[in-house]
Amino acid sequence: MALPKQLVDEFDELVKNYPERRAALIVALHRCQEELGGWISPQTMEDLGAYFGLEPVEVFGVASFYPMFHLRPVGKHVVSICHNISCDLRGAQDIIAKVCEVTGAPLGGTSKDGQWTVKHVECQGACANAPMLDLDGTYHEDLTPEKVAQLLGAVR
Amino acid sequence: MKAYETYLLDRAKVEGNHQLATYRRLGGYKALEKVLKGGLTPAQVVDEVKRSGLRGRGGAGFSTGMKWSFMPDVAKDPRPRYLAINADESEPGTCKDRVLMERDPHGLVEGSLIAAYAIQAKAVYIYVRGEYRLPHDRVAAAIQEARAAQLVGQHILGSDFSCEVFMHKGAGAYICGEETGLMESLEGKRGHPRQKPPFPAQSGLWNSPTTVNNVETVFNAPFIVERGAAWHAAIGTANSKGNFLCGISGHVNRPGVYELPFGVTAREILEDKAGGVWKGRQLKAWFPGGSSCALLKGADIDVVLDHDSLRARGSSLGTAAMIMMDDQTSMARVMEVIARFYEHESCGQCSQCREGTQWLSQIFHRIAHGRGQADDIDTLESLAKGMAPGKTICALSDAAAIPTLSAVRLFKDELIACIREQRDPLAAPAPKYATVGAH
Repeated sequence: MALPKQLVDEFDELVKNYPERRAALIVALHRCQEELGGWISPQTMEDLGAYFGLEPVEVFGVASFYPMFHLRPVGKHVVSICHNISCDLRGAQDIIAKVCEVTGAPLGGTSKDGQWTVKHVECQGACANAPMLDLDGTYHEDLTPEKVAQLLGAVR
Repeated sequence: MKAYETYLLDRAKVEGNHQLATYRRLGGYKALEKVLKGGLTPAQVVDEVKRSGLRGRGGAGFSTGMKWSFMPDVAKDPRPRYLAINADESEPGTCKDRVLMERDPHGLVEGSLIAAYAIQAKAVYIYVRGEYRLPHDRVAAAIQEARAAQLVGQHILGSDFSCEVFMHKGAGAYICGEETGLMESLEGKRGHPRQKPPFPAQSGLWNSPTTVNNVETVFNAPFIVERGAAWHAAIGTANSKGNFLCGISGHVNRPGVYELPFGVTAREILEDKAGGVWKGRQLKAWFPGGSSCALLKGADIDVVLDHDSLRARGSSLGTAAMIMMDDQTSMARVMEVIARFYEHESCGQCSQCREGTQWLSQIFHRIAHGRGQADDIDTLESLAKGMAPGKTICALSDAAAIPTLSAVRLFKDELIACIREQRDPLAAPAPKYATVGAH
């Protein structure tokens, strides 16, 4: 298997921004995760390795360093809840509990119906609007457990 | 609080300012024009910024003009030169650069171009943390608009100066906010900080001379160029000049990002801007500049929030991100959360940091959960002293050790009580949920 042509075309443009092609690897990993099922599969690592002239293990070495990359399949929706200090001081634990309750997913795992992956993350830079969560790439801030129930209830 | 002039967030308050037309209507790109059409040399720009007293807003507080002047002489060094903008904002409590990127992205582009001109860079890379989607998209759109208007690219505004500006995304690693970790990450590698020397100005991105500046730092450059070094140097205190962005979070009534002149006290920010401690409670403790600086007690709230005053109190200005804790806060819990963060973010290259952050995290965890051991306080202290200062490649190890030592010094009795009673009297009720994987 190889990368879809649309991504290859995109990467061909992207690498021109840098004196060395490899610099585009992390941005390319983001795009692969977005377009190829929400995670970085071993196949994707092989394909990216081939594209960038790297061993697949080098791609793995990079992908596994960065918490945003999922190295296992995730649910249809991903909820990332900040549990760092500014959010913790304003009730992040209650937000985590509510998200787990509404989604049926354990923290750090995926719900049985495959709809939800719930994870905690470190500071997201939303400290003045804590507590917060990120739902599929969009921030939701100034949360209460009630707002969380409403937000996630509207997603299905 | 005395009345003061604002400028950093003025445009950000105007609807539609993220678009070029509005930004220009508000006076945008006038400073760049002044530099490129007014015949200012790069050396003159460096000198102006040096004399303005501007210091970096990313945490270290180094003189910006001085940093720019470390770039090698163009005539003697033919290598391409780069400017990297550190928009990886991930110091806990810090959320100021996000405001600038979302609401005044052209301000960042203009500031970056002036900085690039000063150091004669051929390209700017804006390294934005991956989670910041809206800030990323706003700045990317601004670059596109600017390019179409001949403000980015070849022969900017018809001058001899050419410079490209590129966006680059990180992927959630705190260590990439460290300038050499950022450069590794920009090169498509794990964000492992590099040994210094060589410093970035000698050998940075792709072994070329590189300057790394924080978003807010370069955002200041157009104001200084337009209004002059003397104007900027007249604002503030002896060694901290101009206005700065202060994020205030935690147990306050109105958390937010506020623009303030150096010279105001932390109490003025807490009371006049943030509306005081929430729920009518007292202030117990606070971080003046993110979680990597030393904790201060509530009683220290009358300190002036600037570099010298905070150093004199044994802490530092950091990113000017005040994190406030009320009198019902458990310090064991606070330190558990913070130590867990540094454990998670250690890149693992240096043993002091890799092992030390794990131990700090485990010990604060057990103290906070009623399983502290009699010698834990001593162990924390000796571990932290073994991790810093300056014992590792980068300062992450220091960043974990510093709050630890301050907590042990200021809240020893509280931590000892947790150990003695085998419970944390101030612990909040823990909500229940299932967890898989590591804590």
